[in-house]
Amino acid sequence: MSQDPSSPSVDPSTGDEIDGGPYHMRLYVAGQTAKSMAALANLKRICEEHLAGRYDIEVIDLMKNPQLAAGDQILAIPTLVRRIPEPLKRIIGDLSNTEKVLVGLDIRPKAKAV
Amino acid sequence: MTSEPSIPKSLAKAPTGISGFDDVTFGGLPVGRPSLICGSAGCGKTLFAATFLVNGAIQYGEPGVFMSFEERAEDLAANVASLGYDLDGLVADGKLAIDHVRVERSEIEETGEYDLEGLFIRLGYAVDTIGAKRVVLDTIETLFSGLTDASILRAELRRLFGWLKDRGLTTVITGERGDGALTRQGLEEYVSDCVILLDNRVEDQVTTRRLRVVKYRGSAHGTNEYPFLIDEDGISVLPVTSADLDYDVSNDVVATGIEGLDAMLGPGGFFRGSSVLISGVAGTGKTTVSSYIVDATCARGERVMSFVFEESGAQICRNASSVGLDLKHHVESGLLRFEAARPTLYGLETHLARMHRDIEQFRPSLVVIDPISALHGPATELQSTILRMVDMLKGRGITAVFTSLRTDGGFDERGDLGLSSLMDAWIKLLGVEANGERTRTLYVIKARGMSHSNQVREFQMSAAGVKLVEAYVGPAGVLTGTARVVQEAQEQAEFLRRGQESERRKRDVIRRRQAIELQIAELRASLEVAEEEEAILLSEDEIRETLLATERRAITQRRSAAE
Repeated sequence: MSQDPSSPSVDPSTGDEIDGGPYHMRLYVAGQTAKSMAALANLKRICEEHLAGRYDIEVIDLMKNPQLAAGDQILAIPTLVRRIPEPLKRIIGDLSNTEKVLVGLDIRPKAKAV
Repeated sequence: MTSEPSIPKSLAKAPTGISGFDDVTFGGLPVGRPSLICGSAGCGKTLFAATFLVNGAIQYGEPGVFMSFEERAEDLAANVASLGYDLDGLVADGKLAIDHVRVERSEIEETGEYDLEGLFIRLGYAVDTIGAKRVVLDTIETLFSGLTDASILRAELRRLFGWLKDRGLTTVITGERGDGALTRQGLEEYVSDCVILLDNRVEDQVTTRRLRVVKYRGSAHGTNEYPFLIDEDGISVLPVTSADLDYDVSNDVVATGIEGLDAMLGPGGFFRGSSVLISGVAGTGKTTVSSYIVDATCARGERVMSFVFEESGAQICRNASSVGLDLKHHVESGLLRFEAARPTLYGLETHLARMHRDIEQFRPSLVVIDPISALHGPATELQSTILRMVDMLKGRGITAVFTSLRTDGGFDERGDLGLSSLMDAWIKLLGVEANGERTRTLYVIKARGMSHSNQVREFQMSAAGVKLVEAYVGPAGVLTGTARVVQEAQEQAEFLRRGQESERRKRDVIRRRQAIELQIAELRASLEVAEEEEAILLSEDEIRETLLATERRAITQRRSAAE
């Protein structure tokens, strides 16, 4: 949460280096549904592969904290919100398509960037 | 829901507080069910929905949630502020919750399966927070442009409407009108209880908003298209077709304020609740006559509403002061209200709807429409509009004064716009041109249910007021104005001359009579003299006869003594 967003990084749209900065993400779920569990598992797997050591996932259960839904404009469940680095990104679904998640989070694997 | 045991159990209705709409639907929208409000862009869906919520929160103690998919909360508040709604205040009071759901396709990446549980949670949270009974979803179809998986959306919408029903929330869902269907995404498939269609049509460059109840399951409803208004006073729908002829009639008579005119009408005025037509060409004094009636009504402490199409209220006040009427102080005391609008500003339906709304609010006992002939439109539409206007006024027992500008100037009794047969009374003002001057005359053509003068009256306006003078009717015909004055002067002179002549003759007769009487007296005097003489002669004769008899006796005695 308190990481400096201006830490050294390469612009994801131009550079071929992967963004080296920290990632702070929130995963919104509603109870222990199959889709939510799948999304969390998929997210963890992707982060471990691509962002090892510099990511932070906050899981918010809207069943317990419904008031948080409006703040991040949550509509669909599950929704992954990338808060850092800017800009804010939203990915909805169970994150089963790894390619789309990487593009959505601007973590492109080197192979894709060519 | 409590149901009256005496009447069959009917669907519970949630009143919208939109004047007219609750009449058309016999109570409002179905309680605890979703209703669909559809229409093309700019026809007032969002305002309708907002009004439903605001009225619910303020008038009916039912808090509401406004879930906006298009406008941000601030924009929404600013937009409806034009109708006088204070959304921010209601939100602060906990009577209203506004949630703007932003759906931006470019910000959302979809991967894998999802559902709209987040939306449910947000809505559920907002509903629970303020204890909402009413919900608006405006416009939920926006979801289709933000999310790609239409099959998920459809399934979720079906689930959402079911969820709303289960929670007993009276919901308004707005939908943009699509090609050949009520809504673009076929929302009417899901919301099958009540569908309202709003429309905004342009005819002859004048737009008229109309509303139609397409369907209303389990309830009777008006099936026509009803004009409705959106202006600074909110939305109002005009239930125009309730044209029954079963209104109460009054025997109460209201004076017109013009002495001469009251005298022409048997009871001394018009019946309360009757419709009066004042027709006449330009400059015959229609507005003046109606101003008198207005003044008389205000003077009785009753409210008057005047719809003027050709002048402003201030102008009418000023003009009325030239005949000694002070309408201004009636305006200031709140008894008189002018509603001035150019006839071309709205369509006929909108005019009618506006009048309906204003009359409902102000509750006048007299309404003036000056002039009704200013309203333009296709003949059939015009006639039906005026018919409904008359019905609306009669149904409320409001006395109505319509002025009409006759263009033909003829004497035929063919009605203006077929208007005359709708009217209970008809005063006709005619300008008579003769001998290089124009005079105003007034007839009472008809006055239902009362005896009335069928004579023409000359109608004079001056700073001292309006005066009705009996026109000169004589061998020379009907004369008015200067001709009447000249004729009257001539008659006066003639009268004087005739008077002098008869005086003279009378004196002659008296004189002759005196002469005869004198002669009679003289004759009587000589008669008396003759009578006296006669008496003297008679007595002399008697004396003489007595003397003779005495002498004769004496001689006889003497003779007998000598024997």
